[in-house]
This record gives sequence, structure tokens and C-alpha cells, in this order.
Amino acid sequence: MKKHLLGLLFALVPVTAMAAGGASVPHSMEPDLHDQASLQNGMKLYVNYCMGCHSLQYQRFARAADDLGMPQDLVEENLIFSPELAYNDQMHIAMDSGDAEGWFGAPPPDLSLKARVRGTDWIYSYLLGFYKDPSRPTGVNNTVFDLVAMPNVLEPLQGVQELVCAETDHPVEGQEPDALSGKYQSCDVLQVTEPGELEPAEFEEAVYDLTNFLAYVGEPSKLQAQALAPKVLIFIFIFGVIAYLLKREYWRDIH
Amino acid sequence: MGNPNKAKAEKGIMRWVDDRFPATQMWQEHLSKYYAPKNFNFWYFFGSLALLALVNQILTGVWLTMSFNPSAEGAFDSVEYIMRDVEWGWLIRYMHTTGASAFFLVVYLHMFRGLLYGSYKAPRELVWVFGMTIYLVLMAEAFMGYLLPWGQMSYWGAQVIISLFSAIPAIGPDLAQWVRGDFLISGITLNRFFALHVVALPIVILALVVLHIIALHEVGSNNPDGIDIKQKKDEAGVPLDGIPFHPYYTVKDLVGVAVFLFVFCVVVFYFPEGGGYFIERPNFDQANPLQTPDHIAPVWYMTPFYAILRAITFSVFGLDAKFLGVIFMGAAIAILFVLPWLDRSPVRSMRYKGWMSKVMLLLFAISFVILGVLGVLPSTTGRTILAQTCTVIYFAFFVLMPVYTKLEKTKPVPERVTG
Repeated sequence: MKKHLLGLLFALVPVTAMAAGGASVPHSMEPDLHDQASLQNGMKLYVNYCMGCHSLQYQRFARAADDLGMPQDLVEENLIFSPELAYNDQMHIAMDSGDAEGWFGAPPPDLSLKARVRGTDWIYSYLLGFYKDPSRPTGVNNTVFDLVAMPNVLEPLQGVQELVCAETDHPVEGQEPDALSGKYQSCDVLQVTEPGELEPAEFEEAVYDLTNFLAYVGEPSKLQAQALAPKVLIFIFIFGVIAYLLKREYWRDIH
Repeated sequence: MGNPNKAKAEKGIMRWVDDRFPATQMWQEHLSKYYAPKNFNFWYFFGSLALLALVNQILTGVWLTMSFNPSAEGAFDSVEYIMRDVEWGWLIRYMHTTGASAFFLVVYLHMFRGLLYGSYKAPRELVWVFGMTIYLVLMAEAFMGYLLPWGQMSYWGAQVIISLFSAIPAIGPDLAQWVRGDFLISGITLNRFFALHVVALPIVILALVVLHIIALHEVGSNNPDGIDIKQKKDEAGVPLDGIPFHPYYTVKDLVGVAVFLFVFCVVVFYFPEGGGYFIERPNFDQANPLQTPDHIAPVWYMTPFYAILRAITFSVFGLDAKFLGVIFMGAAIAILFVLPWLDRSPVRSMRYKGWMSKVMLLLFAISFVILGVLGVLPSTTGRTILAQTCTVIYFAFFVLMPVYTKLEKTKPVPERVTG
């Protein structure tokens, strides 16, 4: 009986461990909050390409500088563009939300917590998923977010990407792979047709850095938590050992 | 013995207090001379752990209140302020969110222990009823607390649950509006939930915990054998199979506390979102009354009852499915209260009950877990049939209990506790 009941207990575990995955996305990325070079590059890309429209209303410049290992003067010189923003301020934008609504249909959302709402895989895939679509007002559409209102602001870096018919390594539903090459034929393949400033591999790295930075912004305390956790757990472990020895000593005379 | 004045002097302060307040007497009655059976096993850790979880919720809750802003405009921002700008705010908040799930986990295991060893049976009916009341109020407490961060799931989860009131014929819609204090969930709802969550319900829970423990200490603790240790006493009137709660069980519970805290801290530090089950992803978006999330699921500890609610997909006697669902969900909790009067078995512990009780308890536990899983998933035809099957088993466990506990052949109960 007891075994069954313990089994039941363990049956509960996968329920809580099951990831709350959203819609399926083509790419995945694992954030690395200890890669300061990546996070710094991500922040640089963010303030240069994203922060015209998207605020990080909960993230302070100063906190990011501390956590990502950047000196104050460098941050003030290179990352704070608005004269209205100070080092200790949060990363607000200058654009008025009323204007933004008129221009884009809806004000561009604040991105402080987007990595926690959507997940980093989604952001990474989304940023890689823009392709040329002349039927759209912005000239682009997105494989992850259909009919997206945002233009491909990273186009100068990426170049023009298009959906083309080509061979792909990704399995296509209802299709057998080619016997020789093992590849599939698909007309949903993203391909850069006009090169940008970066090679495709370099661009993917830049998008990784940007996504990594947003993962950091979503939960800056994660760095503190990971630093503190081993100390707390070791303390509790030692406490547990002492408690157990104490218990054993007291219970020696109980039969 | 030596100098008699010394003993007198040492006890001077305590004597002064004891003349005015029964401090020593209470210490002895509830700890140092409260004789608990010596054969408590793994399942007996969860009572003291529930108390620890309660203390954790109260302490972290008090500190959260210092920085939380209970208004529709400020609540969401203030939670992020706590997470980022308040010293150790992230830790306090994660201890509170993880603590809620931990509290329910240990309470469920504590309740299961009661089912396993018949701790609800005479003379412990009131212990069980007080405990069930704690559980009921705890669900209300958790539900109201979940609205406070004012995220999308806070808002829409509350919307779904409060709309259940509107399923009640005649008075329903007005009742739902009275609960909300508005035509839809708004800052007014948030404010009243805040008041109830941080003041009213904690007071009720604390009072009930006191009643639960007083009732328990009046009749004495049950044990895995389900036998009465007070039947066999030594010359001094101490039960032969009893040991003082302090120091024996206080030191033993400390070991349980250490194991619990270790697991708890692993979650707090490394997996505070609990894979999306302790803090749901959509809750990182601020509440938006104009945008319904794709899939609304309650937090895991409510899902078995939510699954029962959704399992009722048919109308009977002109009562519509939603109202029937509410009735079944309410009945699923209410029936637990009368459990002590449903069990007709001559023995308490599952160790000495017959095979029918064992099978029924196993089926009940499996059904409860399956319902819990189904409650977080979107419903499909197949899942609805499974939920209906599990709902039938859930109720059969209770409704048939007077029959199978009476029919089955029990094993002889030992005179003294076994290992």
C-alpha cells in the first residue's frame, strides 16, 4: 500500500515539472546570464535598435551596468541617448504612446517581462523570422507572428530575408527525405537574398545576444538567486545533518 | 538536593509568571507532557510542516504588504518594484508564491495521512472538521491572493471563479456583482480581496489552527496502527506507547523541516515559476479586461475541483450544466466534512481495514491526481469522459463508504503499537 502511495506522490512530480510551453517555435536558445560580453552586446543592440519604440520600464540603466559589468561613464556616454534620462532612471522611451497608437495601430509594448511571458525561444525565433512581404504595410511579415505590425528593424544588419522554395534539413510533413542528400523540398525556407552588414551566422549571434539581454531584464534577480542558492542549501544541509544526529541521540532510548 | 533555596530562586521568575498565567502548565500540556504515540512515520511530518508553511506565508506576506500597492493602477508595477528595487524583495516574493504551493502540497499530504490511518474517526471528528475548515478557508485565501499581482491570469482566473456565482438561479448575477463590488472585476474587487487576504482570512485561519490543535490535544494523536495508546498506561498514568512530544517529536520534526526547507529553497532559488504551475506565464502581462488569454487554468492546487466543475456537461431537471457543475464542485468539498460519519469500520487504520477500503482509497487518490492534471489542460471530448469517470470514482469513495466499510472483513488490531 505504502509503495503505491509513494508512487502516486511521484506521479505528481511530472505535473509540476511539465513546461508551460506556448505555440511551437522553430528555434530554441538557452540564455546564459554569466556571459557578460553577450549581455553587453545585447544591451547595445537594444538601445540602438529597439529602444526607439520599446521601453524597459522596470529596468534601470544603473542596475544593468552593475549586473553586466559596465562602468558608469561608458554607459552614460554610449547607452543613454535621451537628455531626459539619468543613470539611475528606468529605460523609458521618448515616444508618446498616443502618437505610437496613431502610427502603428497599437503602442509598441514594454518589453521588460516579454521573455517571461513569451519565453526566450519565441523572442529568438521571432527576431529571426521576418521575411519580405510586399502586401504588408511595413513590407515584411513574420513566420512566428503572422501579420505583425512591427517592421524588421534589424534589416540593416540581417539584409533582406525572403521565403523561397529550396532544400531544407527540417522534416516536411507528408514528405519523404531525398534518398541521396537526406534533405526535404519546401517553399517555406527563409533565405537572405540581399546581404546586410552581418553574415547570417553573425546575425544569429547578435539575435542571441539581444534575446539573452531580454532574458536578463525579465528577471535580474536570477543572478542574485544563483549566487546565493549554494550558500543557503549548504547551510540547510548542515543544519539537517545536525538535526538528524540530535534526533538519533534523543531517540536512542525509545524502542 | 543541596540547597532548597536554590531551586526556589531558579524558579522565581517562572513561579511569578505561573501565578498569573499558566505558562508552565501550557508548556507541559502541549509539549513536554503531551504524550504522542511513539510509532509516527513519514506521514506525520506534514502537520508541523503545514504550521511552518503558515508561518512562512504570514511573515513573507507582512513584508510584501510593506511595498505592495493594492490598486488596479499600481498593483502590477509594485510587484515588479518588489522584484527589482526592494532589497531581498525577489526572495520574499518567491518565498510567498512558492510557499502557497508548498502549503497546499503539505496540507494535501496531511489530509491523505488522515484518510490512511482513520485520523478523522471518533473521537477525532472535530479535529477533522476544524482541519477541513482550515482547508476551505485556505482555498479562499489562495484564490484572493492570486488576484493581487493583477496579471492576466490573476484577472481572468478570478473572472471565471466569480462568474460561477452567477450560475446560481435567481440570485446568481446579483450575488456575483456583490462579490466583485462592480459590474466587472476592477480595482474595487482588488481592494476588497486585499483586505480579506491580508487581514480577515489570516485571522480566521490562525483561530482555526488553534482550535484544530486544542481539539487534537484534548483527544490525543492517532497513529499508524489507529489504536488508542491511552488504554495502556503505567503507574504514573503515562501511556506505555507514548513519548513526550518535546523533545522527541520536536527534534524529529526538525529533520523534516530541514528536508522540506532544502526542497523548498531549490524551488525558490532555481525554479520559482514551478514550470509555469506556481506562477503562470500570462501573469507577467498586466491584467487587461479587453483581452482574454487563450487558455485559463487555475493554479494546480485548485485544479481537481475545477476538473469536476467542467466534467458536468449535461443538464438535469432543468438545472443547467454550469450550475450543476458548481453544485458538484461544492459537494466534492462538502462531502469531506462528513467523512467521520461515513466510515463505519470498526478499525481506524488502513493497515487493518479490508481490501475494499484499500482499493477504494487507491482509486480515490489516483482519480484526484488525474482530475488535478485534467484541470490544467484544455478540455477535449476524451478528457471530459475521463474527468467524468474520475468524478464518479471521487464521489463513490465517499457515498459507498458506509457500505464497504461495514461489509468488509477487517484484520485484528494489536494491543500495542507496532513499529
